[in-house]
Amino acid sequence: MIFSNDNKDDDRPARQEGKESGCQSGNCSCNKKEDGIQQVMNKPTDRREALKKLTMGFLAGTGFVAASCSPTAGDDKKEKAQLDWEEFFKGNYQLMDDDEKQATVNRLERLYELNVGRKINVLANGPEKDVLYGYAFNISKCQGYMDCVNACVKENNQDRASQMQYIRIHEHQNGSMDFELADDNYYHEVPAAGHFYIGTQCFHCENPPCVDVCPVKATWKEKDGIVVIDYDWCIGCRYCMAACPYDGRRFNWATPEVPKEEVNNNQHYLGNRLRKKGVMEKCTFCIQRTRTGKNPACVEACPTGARIFGNLLDPTSEIRWILANKKVFRLKEDLGTEPKFWYFMD
Amino acid sequence: MSQFKIFRTLVSSGIKTAIQGNATYHLWMAFLTFFMLLGAYCFGIQLDKGLSATGMNDYVSWGLYISNFTFLVGVAAAAVMLVLPTYVLKEIDFSKAVLIGEGLAVAALIMCLAFVTVDLGGPIRAWHLIPFVGVFNWPSSMLAWDVIVLNGYLFINLTVPLYILMCKFQGKEPNKKFYLPGVLISVFWAVGIHLVTAFLYAGLPARPHWNNALLGPRFLASAFAAGPSLIIIALAIIDKFSNYKIDAITFRKLALVVVVAAQINLIMLGSEIFKEFYSPTHHSSSAIYLFFGLHGKHALVPYIWTAIGFSVVATIILSIHKLRNNKTYLYFACVLLFTGIWIEKGMGLIIPGFIPGAWGNIHEYSPSWIEIGVTAGIWAMGAFIFTVLAKVTISIETGVLRYQSTLTLK
Repeated sequence: MIFSNDNKDDDRPARQEGKESGCQSGNCSCNKKEDGIQQVMNKPTDRREALKKLTMGFLAGTGFVAASCSPTAGDDKKEKAQLDWEEFFKGNYQLMDDDEKQATVNRLERLYELNVGRKINVLANGPEKDVLYGYAFNISKCQGYMDCVNACVKENNQDRASQMQYIRIHEHQNGSMDFELADDNYYHEVPAAGHFYIGTQCFHCENPPCVDVCPVKATWKEKDGIVVIDYDWCIGCRYCMAACPYDGRRFNWATPEVPKEEVNNNQHYLGNRLRKKGVMEKCTFCIQRTRTGKNPACVEACPTGARIFGNLLDPTSEIRWILANKKVFRLKEDLGTEPKFWYFMD
Repeated sequence: MSQFKIFRTLVSSGIKTAIQGNATYHLWMAFLTFFMLLGAYCFGIQLDKGLSATGMNDYVSWGLYISNFTFLVGVAAAAVMLVLPTYVLKEIDFSKAVLIGEGLAVAALIMCLAFVTVDLGGPIRAWHLIPFVGVFNWPSSMLAWDVIVLNGYLFINLTVPLYILMCKFQGKEPNKKFYLPGVLISVFWAVGIHLVTAFLYAGLPARPHWNNALLGPRFLASAFAAGPSLIIIALAIIDKFSNYKIDAITFRKLALVVVVAAQINLIMLGSEIFKEFYSPTHHSSSAIYLFFGLHGKHALVPYIWTAIGFSVVATIILSIHKLRNNKTYLYFACVLLFTGIWIEKGMGLIIPGFIPGAWGNIHEYSPSWIEIGVTAGIWAMGAFIFTVLAKVTISIETGVLRYQSTLTLK
């Protein structure tokens, strides 16, 4: 599985910026396509398209979900207005019963179909019994390739325009674990000599300070330990962002842009469904994958096997073996947040 | 005579009073209206583009708006420094100033609520914050507490002066039994709004620059210096431009409040500086960045030294009796102190809390023009509200506006 990846190309450039010059290997994860903003900017646009975009921006600006994409028949418009209305006045997801959850999921799927003309599949499945997710990161193995970051962006429909990333890879100089001296924004070939790499993301704390501070209970910890956000209930005050000691949360400062053909259609209400401007988002351990028994995208993408994910309540799981047999530690343990994210070395 | 009818007459004649005035008054209101419109325009752009129109980012996620909010909570709380001696200690010196002070509190609170609203990513979803309508994370979230205490304080500061003005409007003497309980509650409430706002920051171990027990007391000290400073300036302007004359003793006593608070504020600043710099740890990084710059980045250094310079000079002027009793020096010192504390609460407290970030990286912040425009608009709105409230209050206090006289006019 994760260890048997045949990709041994250690000289790959770390970020997409370096690609034009450096990347020759065909089997690496860096795609040749233009990313985010370029895709929007370089797209040939005719007048009607431009007009449509302008109207769309205008209508989105008035507050409701971008409700104007296609000039369809009157019935569709009515249905859309009705759905937008019901979506705006729906309650907090945490307090919904199963019927209400299914109703909002149906509305979201239908709205996307009406707006974009494509079908998406939004899950709303809850936590499994006797499951508590945990994560371990092998510092000895990580080489800073950032395949995890790219996989995460694609899987979770993150904003391409602002290059939002849930995962940060910190490049440390040998001999120091001081994050203040590390570089999490490097643009050179990896692994760099004399350096080692540590990845951080949301640690899904057992005692999450971000959840306590939210004034409207728009973020909470699920029974399987995943800290989630109700994107439709969040008011965007960003108090959780100030409260997180791990830089685990991201905010949509503008309307997020994901090219239509790159949207991951397999979504979860609490996971990678498309967000709007002015709300928080974060790593959900890929809830849309993990609750159906798969590994998170970052674990699957890692070419070195530095990332291990599993059920902490299952004594036969790999994560339990690591906790039992490796000398593990966590970051900023003095804050008492009890992260479910451990580090270890071989 | 039904109270509602009297209230209606008060409002309608109040509006008439507010739209009448000399050329200077109209010029002032036009000036404020211009900035309010500018602010509305900028806010329109911000609504359209999202908060990306501001200078904030994932690292410094609160900026000018929350800074101003924090400062203005202090200004609102300072009204109590006038209320306490007048209503409770029976020192009548302040009686002329107290309604003005409460008007200032109302204006400051409305500005606070406006600053929080423009800072929201989804202001259209702000109804989620309304207790019983939305979902209110009380008592866990300090922001939920803040919503309660700020709106409660606004309610008290609207009702107590309204009752007193209603009585005076009819030429009656206000009954102490009715308004004194409200006044007493507001005294404790004022301390409450400021402590709760301080706890909003102090309760976050993720931000060591804020996570400090002195934050609450220091908020109070700086508020009781900056707030009455603003009241002195407002009273001086009223004294100059209206026929409502303020006693010299009111200024003297207020100045005394300011100087004591300013001195305590400086002692606490010294204590904070000692703690951060005698044995600097990782937790002192924000303070080092703020005062001297860190890793070649020093955007906030000019702000904090200006703020401290202003505060120290103002405190020295105010501490010397001869200078304090000279009105020119007093007003100068008040403006200096007010500005100093305003800069310090914003650029010196909220922003460095985010720098360096959780993993030590330094992303500097400077407000965008949109942000500055919205901020100017809200300040103009506050000044507009205060001017209207003060003008109506003065008309009633001086006996120009009376229920009977409006009847005879009809």
